[in-house]
Amino acid sequence: MAILQETKDKVAAIGEKYKYGFVTDIEMERAPRGLDENTVRYISAKKDEPEWMLDWRLGAFRRWREMSEPTWARVHYPKIDYQNAYYYAAPKNTPKKQSLDEVDPKLLETYKKLGIPLHEQMALAGVAVDAVFDSVSVATTFKEKLNEAGVIFCPISEAIRDYPDLVKKYLGTVVPVTDNFFATLNSAVFSDGTFVYVPKGVRCPMELSTYFRINASETGQFERTLIIADEGSYVSYLEGCTAPKRDENQLHAAVVELIALDDAEIKYSTVQNWYPGDENGLGGIYNFVTKRGDCRGHRSKISWTQVETGSAITWKYPSCILRGDETVGEFYSIAIANNFQQADTGTKMIHLGKNTRSRIISKGISAGKAQNTYRGLVSVHPKAANARNYTQCDSLLIGRKCGAHTVPYIESRNSSAKIEHEATTSKIADDQLFYCTQRGIGEEEAVALIVNGFCKEVLQQLPMEFAVEAQKLVGISLEGSVG
Amino acid sequence: MLEIKDLHVTVDGKEILKGLNLSIKAGEVHAVMGPNGSGKSTLSFTLAGRAGYDVTKGSILYRGEDLTALAPEERAAKGIFLAMQYPVEIPGVTTLTFLKASLNAQRRARGESELDAMSVLKLVREKAKLLNIPEEMLRRALNVGFSGGEKKRLETLQMALFEPALAILDETDSGLDIDALKLVAEGVNAMRSPDRAMLVITHYQRLLNYIVPDRVHVLAGGRIVAEGGKELAHELEAKGYAQIIKDAA
Repeated sequence: MAILQETKDKVAAIGEKYKYGFVTDIEMERAPRGLDENTVRYISAKKDEPEWMLDWRLGAFRRWREMSEPTWARVHYPKIDYQNAYYYAAPKNTPKKQSLDEVDPKLLETYKKLGIPLHEQMALAGVAVDAVFDSVSVATTFKEKLNEAGVIFCPISEAIRDYPDLVKKYLGTVVPVTDNFFATLNSAVFSDGTFVYVPKGVRCPMELSTYFRINASETGQFERTLIIADEGSYVSYLEGCTAPKRDENQLHAAVVELIALDDAEIKYSTVQNWYPGDENGLGGIYNFVTKRGDCRGHRSKISWTQVETGSAITWKYPSCILRGDETVGEFYSIAIANNFQQADTGTKMIHLGKNTRSRIISKGISAGKAQNTYRGLVSVHPKAANARNYTQCDSLLIGRKCGAHTVPYIESRNSSAKIEHEATTSKIADDQLFYCTQRGIGEEEAVALIVNGFCKEVLQQLPMEFAVEAQKLVGISLEGSVG
Repeated sequence: MLEIKDLHVTVDGKEILKGLNLSIKAGEVHAVMGPNGSGKSTLSFTLAGRAGYDVTKGSILYRGEDLTALAPEERAAKGIFLAMQYPVEIPGVTTLTFLKASLNAQRRARGESELDAMSVLKLVREKAKLLNIPEEMLRRALNVGFSGGEKKRLETLQMALFEPALAILDETDSGLDIDALKLVAEGVNAMRSPDRAMLVITHYQRLLNYIVPDRVHVLAGGRIVAEGGKELAHELEAKGYAQIIKDAA
C-alpha cells in the first residue's frame, strides 16, 4: 500500500503529528467577548440580515438561556464558560463577491497548506468548494456551472438575502430551533455555512464540497448547513474539517439539515480532522454537532458517511427521519479515538413511513487512553409497516488502556418490523502484527493496514478522491498507538 | 549463511532453547525434527525476531551479521522469510494489497524502487500459476476463510515472491492433505538454489519425502541431540523419537 508510506513521509517531513496545526496570521474582526442579545444583533447586522432572520435568532437565544447542557453522553470535560468566548470572527477587509484573485493571498496560502484544490486543480478534480474561513465564506467557485444546472450552492448568509423564500420554508424544519442545547445555541449565533438547493429532476453535475476551518483562537465555530434536494434530484456533498493546534479547547457546534423530497437522494460525507488535543489531552476541539436528514418525500434516500478522526470530544448523531413511504436511510461511520480523545457518536433512524429501510454500519477504533462509544436509536412508529433495519457495530481496540462501548436503543411499535443488530469487539492481535512485520511491514504501517481493512465497508462509501485522503488520515491519527 | 551458537531462549520466563547449535550453508536444505514441546516453533520465532522470545545467551549470525538486535521487518528486508504454521487472518485487507505492501516495504528498506500495482500483479500472477492459486483467491481478504491448503499455498507464494536468502518453513505440512502437500513441496523445491538456504521444521518424516533435506537435526529438550543425512529421518520414523533421543544420550 504505497499510500501509507507516502503519508508517513509527509508527516515526517512536517515533523509534527498534527499537520494542520498552523495558524494564519490575518487581522480579525470580532464580536465583543461573551454572549447576550447584543451579540446576536451584532452578528445579524454584520450579515445584513432581514428582520425575520434576526427575530428567528433572538427567539432561539431566549430559548437557549433557559436550557441546560446535555449530560447523558459518555464524555467528560470541564464546564464551558459560554460568556468567555468570541462568537464571531471574520478576516478584516473582506471584499464582497470577490473573484479568487481578490482573496487575501495569506488566506489562499492557508488553503494551499491544507491541500484544498481551490484554483484550476478544482476543475480537474471536479470539485466545487465553498470555503468557510472562520465565519465568512471567502470564495465560492464553480457557481456558474452549477447555475446552468439550476443548482444553488452558496454561503447561507447569501441565501438568506437572495433566496429568502426557500430559506424560510426549510430552515429549522428538520432540526427545530428548540431541538437541543447546542442546536439552539447555533440557531442564535450561527455566522455562516452552506446552502444547497437542487431543483426537480436535476442530478447535480459535480461533488459539492466545503472545507471548514477554525483559525481564530477562542472562537466557536457555528456553521449552519441546509441542503434541499427537490423531487427526483440527486446531490453528493462532502465536508472536510481541520483546525489549528491551540492549548485551549474550542467549541464547534454546527447544525446540518437535509431535506429530500419525492424520489430524491442526498449523500452526505464528512471527513472530520479537527485538532484532537496533544498526547496529554491538552487542547482540542469540542465537536458538538446536530446533523439530521428528513426523507420527507416518498422513495427518497439519505445516506450519511462519516470519518471522525479528530476533535478532543465528538458528540454527534447524524440521523434520518424516514417520513415518506419506501424511504431509505443509511449511516456509515468510522470513529477513531487515540490518546485522550472521547467520541460518543452514532445515529438515529426514525421509521415513520411504510416499507422504510435503514442500514447502520459503525466502525469504532480506540487506542491510547481514548473512550469510544457508539450510541444509536432505531425507532419504528406504529404506522411504519414492514420497516427494516440492519445494524452492525464493530469495535477495534489497540492497547490495554482504551475503551469501546456500544449503546443501542431499539423501539418498535409495529409488529411487522424487522430489526437486526450485530456487534463485535476485537483487538489487533500480536500474531497479526508479527505476521505483518515478518513480511517486512513496520508496526505503524501494519496498524494502519489492519485498521483500514477493518474500516473497509465504510471507506468504500466515500467518493474516490476522498477515500484516499481518509485512508491516509486513519494512518496518521493512529501513529504512536503501538510499541 | 546461518550460524547459531549456544543459543538460549526464554519465553515467559521459561527457558525453552538451552544451548542450540546449528549451521547452514547457502544452497543447503536442513531439516529440524523434534517431538512436541521440543522447541521447534521457538526456534523459528526466534530467528524471525518475534517479541517475547528473549535470547539470553549465545549468538545468531546471518551472513556474518548478528541478528539478535534487529526488528522482524529488518530481518525480512535482509532476506529472512518464515512460512508460518498458522498464517493469520486479516479481515478487509485483500491478499493482493497485502502482498504489494509487503513487497514494497522490503524493497524500500533495501533502497530499491517500489513497484506499482500493475507490476506487482504481473509478478504475483506469474508465481501464482505454479502453485495453482486462482486470481479469485488473491482478491479475498488475507487468509480469511481460506482452507488449510490455501493458507499454506499462499505462504509458499509469498516465499516465491520475496525470494528470500534464508527460508524457514515451520510445520508446513500440518493441515495438508497429500495433494496439497505435493503442490506446496513442488513450490518449495522450485525455490532451491545455490544462493538460498532452507530450514524445514517438522514433526513428521512425511514432508521430507517430498522436500529432501541435505542434513537432518533432531531437536529435543531445547538442544540438537542428533544429526545425520536424510536417512536419519527414516530412522526416526522407524524407531520413534524416544529411542533416537535415548541412543544419542
